[in-house]
Amino acid sequence: MTTVVCRCEDITEDDILEAIRDGYREIEVIKRHLRLGMGPCQGKTCIPIIERIVARETGCKTQELDIPTARPPSRQVSFSLLAGDDRD
Amino acid sequence: MTVTESARAVIIGGGVNGTGIAYHLAKRGYTDVVVLEKGYLGCGASGRNGGGIRQQFSTKENIILAMESTRMFEKLPDELDTEIEFEQGGYLVLAFTDEEVEQFKKNVKLQNDLGLKSSFISAEEAREIVPELNISKVLAGTFNSTDGTIYPFPVIYGYARAARGMGVDIREHTTVTDIVTQGRTIRAVKTDRGTIETDTVVNAAGGWSAGIARMAGVELPNRPYRHEIMVTEPFKRFLEPMVISFQHGIYFSQSRHGNVVGGIGNPHEEQGINQRSSLWFMRTMAKTLTELVPRFSAVNMIRQWAGLYDTTPDAQPILGEVPEVERFFQVNGFSGHGFMVSPVVDKVTAELILGETPSMNIDGLSVTRFKGMDLEMEYSVVG
Repeated sequence: MTTVVCRCEDITEDDILEAIRDGYREIEVIKRHLRLGMGPCQGKTCIPIIERIVARETGCKTQELDIPTARPPSRQVSFSLLAGDDRD
Repeated sequence: MTVTESARAVIIGGGVNGTGIAYHLAKRGYTDVVVLEKGYLGCGASGRNGGGIRQQFSTKENIILAMESTRMFEKLPDELDTEIEFEQGGYLVLAFTDEEVEQFKKNVKLQNDLGLKSSFISAEEAREIVPELNISKVLAGTFNSTDGTIYPFPVIYGYARAARGMGVDIREHTTVTDIVTQGRTIRAVKTDRGTIETDTVVNAAGGWSAGIARMAGVELPNRPYRHEIMVTEPFKRFLEPMVISFQHGIYFSQSRHGNVVGGIGNPHEEQGINQRSSLWFMRTMAKTLTELVPRFSAVNMIRQWAGLYDTTPDAQPILGEVPEVERFFQVNGFSGHGFMVSPVVDKVTAELILGETPSMNIDGLSVTRFKGMDLEMEYSVVG
């Protein structure tokens, strides 16, 4: 059965296992190789799942893994809102 | 545990240049090479840039480097057996002032003389290329159809995979702490994981290059400046070329996945190693982008990030050896246009390390040019 890990970019657990076998063994690098976590949710769903997969496959603890930096905006925001006048 | 080992050459920096030089050396049979990267491969500017591949520059050196590099990028997918998403949708450069119009005419003349088929175009012609463009303040533009964009990571990973396959030792999460010299000779590179004896070092450390050079007693004029960038949600592709304005310091393009990627420079940015995100960027980017392309108003930004320009006084790179220390090769100071010239820079640097006459003369890009000479300034710098 196929397990989808990243819903935004349609990345499955098998894609991740294949990437790890190909030598992409860090979350930051797997992300860039597969575009995992690069969609509208910015990894809110998939990063905790991939942490567990990478920990399991590489024999690390999840706490030892580097995860992508959290960056603004925390939720997607339209340019019209961002470009709006200051109200203060 | 501390170990001492040796290598013919140590390359500092696991970005596009560090991995690319290792690849070119290995291809020539020079495989006793260690690449040191303090984070993961491509964690610096090589993996933080907008992927722009532009040949429209104002100095002869940059135009020639970029033209040859573009030809090499076209062949890279076959050479590395990887997809690099090279989309040659062109670069549309917009002029907003009379000074820019005059400079752009000179640029196109020089570019054409060097064989680049760029053209000087009217504002109306710019709108024919990007129909959604607001040209109310655009005076003119230039366009070159063979410019484009690339996805940087497969290039870096492709070089690294090929170099490793030929025997190069690429080490991530290893920080250089010192370069040991004796007189004018390099003896070793010290890291947080041991010492590597070598007489040849390549400084391809991007925004950290001046700090690396100082470890060998060499003072470089490069300084790091943060540049911020963002990406939108994906939507149907309507933007073919990369659009840039030096006046606004803005650039933006739409990838084959549909996301718009773009950045804008802050003229008041302070020098230093800073890769954090700012609210100024988010708002200024949104205001400028929606003024230039009003249709973007409804689009959502999903992420902003930042990287470092390694900026020199004339915005041209520093390549080749330095007077103070032998076999200390510089590959830095790219001032925001490093990735796009990396193919030829890496090939030529490998030739210099091998002691060959380089296939392209890069004497004009030596660090010695900063000693009391009149500098030829590169004006076509975005952000």
